[in-house]
Amino acid sequence: GDHCVGIRGTDIVVLGVEKKSVAKLQEERTVRKICALDDHVCMAFAGLTADARIVINRARVECQSHRLTVEDPVTVEYITRHIATLKQRYTQSNGRRPFGISALIVGFDYDGTPRLYQTDPSGTYHAWKANAIGRSAKTVREFLEKNYTDEAIATDNEAIKLAIKALLEVVQSGGKNIDLAVIRRNQPLKVTSPKSLVV
Amino acid sequence: MEYLIGIQGQDFVLVAADNIAANSIIQMKQDQDKMFKLSDKILLLCVGEAGDTVQFAEYIQKNIQLYKMRNGYELSPKAAANFTRKNLADYLRSRTPYHVNLLLAGFDETDGPGLYYMDHLSALAKAPFAAHGYGAYLTLSILDRYYRPDLTRDEAVDLLKKCIEELNKRFILNLPSFSVRLIDKEGIHDLEKLMPVGAK
Repeated sequence: GDHCVGIRGTDIVVLGVEKKSVAKLQEERTVRKICALDDHVCMAFAGLTADARIVINRARVECQSHRLTVEDPVTVEYITRHIATLKQRYTQSNGRRPFGISALIVGFDYDGTPRLYQTDPSGTYHAWKANAIGRSAKTVREFLEKNYTDEAIATDNEAIKLAIKALLEVVQSGGKNIDLAVIRRNQPLKVTSPKSLVV
Repeated sequence: MEYLIGIQGQDFVLVAADNIAANSIIQMKQDQDKMFKLSDKILLLCVGEAGDTVQFAEYIQKNIQLYKMRNGYELSPKAAANFTRKNLADYLRSRTPYHVNLLLAGFDETDGPGLYYMDHLSALAKAPFAAHGYGAYLTLSILDRYYRPDLTRDEAVDLLKKCIEELNKRFILNLPSFSVRLIDKEGIHDLEKLMPVGAK
């Protein structure tokens, strides 16, 4: 699927996705690859968009259900585990096919710790400092392995720049086709284009 | 025993609720908040059967939030009121009805302020002012006499104070404090708690 990168900073988490260029007559707004699951958690995916819609809806319901039963917002790990368990169930029983998506889930836990998790169709999940999914994920990951340093994520803007630079490694047409999602601690999700965020 | 009141102005809604949580003849808690924030500009005031109130209000609250997550924007007060009414109505003819009386107050970008009265039989009415509880019998007439659609915020608070003074004077139960909140286009604002004084 399309490229997607996630960076975990110290006070910020960043998701960057490649915005596929749409046909001339198509309304751009209807293609959204970054979705809020709750006020403090969001996810981006690579793969079958239709499958993603189902997973995202289940995650959103679970976020509210968790708040209702335990009076606390979900931790990023909890909702990742929920999504991963859902995916795994579809690999083992009832003759259904697995969900064709990998997801990057970012957010801040209630205690202020930033988190980034990745899930894949098998239902495994791992925590990452920075990761990429999609077609040339390997290339982007190698870039991140070389460039993810403590200085590179020292400030919020630096972390955003790193995400954009990582995507530019593989995105063809340059900055116009990148969508960014940013969550700062105790602030709601902001989805924008690179121009408006970085100074 | 419990009391809710709402007053709609030109560009705001003022709401108040008493703060007593009682069990039979004992006051268990004197600082109970009976208002539930459904969204940035909508409050649900909820009284009735112990347990049903919080269960129902929180259920509605989380479903309103879920709508926001799924659709990217919040439900309008009118839509939220109708959603609440439908839920209440569906449960009414089940084995587990919710025995709650509600006031829903909100501010809509296009329609302005709105106050919705709902009772345990799932009746819904949009009203300029409303009250629930025994206290309503004592205060609706005061609202009838002094309410004007073009009340300012201060005038509305004064009208609210008139109502609470009447309860203090003539209502058999002692309701020592009331939470007060105001909703306008900026959102929900906490006002000073009203605590009527004077010998009963």
